[in-house]
Amino acid sequence: MISRNPQLDANRALQHLLTTEGLPAAILLQILDTAETFMGVTEREVKKVPLLRGKSIFNLFFEPSTRTRTTFEIAAKRLSADVINLNIAVSAQSKGEALLDTVDNLSAMHADMFVVRHSQSGAAHLIARHVQPGIHVINAGDGRHAHPTQALLDMFTIRRYKKEFHNLRVAIIGDILHSRVARSQIHALTTLGVPEVRVIAPKTLLPRQVERLGVHVYHDMRSGLRDVDVLMMLRLQKERMQGAYLPSSEEYFKYYGLTPEKLALARPDAIVMHPGPMNRGVEIDSEVADGHQSVILSQVTYGIAVRMAVMAILAGSQSGDSV
Amino acid sequence: MRIHIQNGRLIDPKNHIDAVRDIYIADGRIQPFDTPPTGFHADRVIDASHLVVCPGLIDLSVRLREPGLEYMATLESEMSAAVAGGVTRFACPPDTDPPLDEPGLVEMLKHRARNLNQAHVYPIGALTQGLRGEHLTEMVELHDAGCIVFGQPNALPKNLRVLMQAMQYAATFDFGVWLSPQDIHLAYDGVAHDGEVATRLGLPAIPVCAETIAIANIVLLAKETHVRIHLCRISSAEGLAMVRAARQQGLKITCDVSINHLHLSDMDIGYFDSNCHMIPPLRSFSDRDALRAGLIDGAIDAICSDHAPVDDDVKLLPFGQSETGATGVELLLPLTLKWGLEMKRPLVEILAAITCRPAAILGIDAGVLAPDAAADICIFDPEDYWKVTPSALLSQGKNTPFLGMELPGKVRYTLVNGDIVYQSVEKLSALPLRR
Repeated sequence: MISRNPQLDANRALQHLLTTEGLPAAILLQILDTAETFMGVTEREVKKVPLLRGKSIFNLFFEPSTRTRTTFEIAAKRLSADVINLNIAVSAQSKGEALLDTVDNLSAMHADMFVVRHSQSGAAHLIARHVQPGIHVINAGDGRHAHPTQALLDMFTIRRYKKEFHNLRVAIIGDILHSRVARSQIHALTTLGVPEVRVIAPKTLLPRQVERLGVHVYHDMRSGLRDVDVLMMLRLQKERMQGAYLPSSEEYFKYYGLTPEKLALARPDAIVMHPGPMNRGVEIDSEVADGHQSVILSQVTYGIAVRMAVMAILAGSQSGDSV
Repeated sequence: MRIHIQNGRLIDPKNHIDAVRDIYIADGRIQPFDTPPTGFHADRVIDASHLVVCPGLIDLSVRLREPGLEYMATLESEMSAAVAGGVTRFACPPDTDPPLDEPGLVEMLKHRARNLNQAHVYPIGALTQGLRGEHLTEMVELHDAGCIVFGQPNALPKNLRVLMQAMQYAATFDFGVWLSPQDIHLAYDGVAHDGEVATRLGLPAIPVCAETIAIANIVLLAKETHVRIHLCRISSAEGLAMVRAARQQGLKITCDVSINHLHLSDMDIGYFDSNCHMIPPLRSFSDRDALRAGLIDGAIDAICSDHAPVDDDVKLLPFGQSETGATGVELLLPLTLKWGLEMKRPLVEILAAITCRPAAILGIDAGVLAPDAAADICIFDPEDYWKVTPSALLSQGKNTPFLGMELPGKVRYTLVNGDIVYQSVEKLSALPLRR
């Protein structure tokens, strides 16, 4: 029944950003190019452009988050939007208000854009289907499904360091099964033409038929990291030990933690990425995290420009050049 | 009321009859065909030209949502929906609130249903108290109150010792036991089939082995206890193969499939369509095709609607939080016909899956259209395609993955015990009334 790509309008322009899956490469590149124009804004003394002046952006966080919410807030403020933060994990939902009732109430306050994070896969799609035309939804993470702005800032980082996508070998390492970041990265990488995307994880942390997403599956870091240009680490949640996915974080670190020795298997100019927050000594060794191949702090910086780009494109204003 | 059904195409799957016959009904029973009994004067003549006249349909799973879940649906709404779908007898799963684990609850349900004077209702007694899988229910008391079989919907009890003893106890009195083959730990927090779709959508998955391991347990316990087993809602090709193998060993085991699993796969979830959130989950194309073929070769005994009226509030939620199930009792006939058309099988064969075969599973003398049988009859137009819309459904639950589809088969009349309990409104003016 629901068949048209819900992210695109009738003219195939972006109306919501819900997932990187199914978005044409041209739109992904448009976001990256627009983000480049905002890099200048974030580096100058007055870090503000008036593109979204008078627009109201609601950060709807049904799941606790500090980092992602903050970067969205900074991005919106640099575009001169009014930002309202709602930490719904501790307000309406605990009073039993239904998700879509919350959205209706905020829409009645003339919201222009919702930035949504929710613990359930598909929550952002549900909201996007429900809101009036003209209101845009940005998925800031839904369950295990998607986290498209994270994947886009990762693509932005890769392009900054590696220039091209078509000659890269990229490995995503860690808890693929539970990771919305990994899914969004895989779709973005394959859409942008990366010829070889690898996933490296124990079998308990890989979803069924993940190879159908266009990735090569490895269980061993020694073979999986060989000749890789980009290493994308994933955060390992502590709950995985309780859920019998893994015996201990120590054993995980031994086989899947990124140490200088394992990093040496990749290409000498390989870059190391992590969406944060890091568990040092669990998925990544401090020596690597703080080492010269790490681009983790650049990711954080670029995240603001990329989120500005997404908001600006959705609001119909595309470039920071003229300001 | 004495009724004469003229010129209809009589289809009785049990006796392999497919012929134009005149049917006479008196005293709630079917009289010998073609010649009126002596002294017969019809109170009502139904012109069934170009219509199919078949036994009233039998549905192995219709949730009335009473007691306790009246906000989803009521006995009145769902009983009306059943007869509008041509269903004259159906079984109700015990997953009400409280569950059907006490004779008083069953008696009340039977009493309320009887007063509505529509379809015959067969409550499935809870196999364990509160369906918690810990203590046996008073099965004999429940049987006296009107339960003819006992079940444990949605998943097997965690404790297999309790399950074995429940089977032994039921076998003592020759009660059938209806089980949903799903291992509760393997299904865990899953909401979709463990395949590419769940992987893409990031939905917690239910592996096929949640079903096959449950079937293996059931089969081994059935060998031990010699109880009559019915498996509710088979969803996978592998599960079906195990049922075949168990039968070849001579086990008394039957199974059914829902209209949803007969036509849909996990692909239909699309962009998180919560109408496709089911227990068991919609599985792959190849599973679906195996189920469609299994019904033809008899490995699957019956099709049921697995009717579960659910209101919008609990469907308008993220997929994993939405209520499971779909409305379906009014779609049982159309979706059975659609399957038959797609498989290119004759009506007399496919209608068996919703008449005489489910009757045999329930162990009731029904699902036939022959002289002296109770006059439970469904008269439908197999050529009439209609669009599934909320307003076209009488059920209080309007949520189904088939919304918006054009389906074949419109019920014109439904008779229970020789009384017309439903007739389609748009044909009222054309009724040839005679006194």
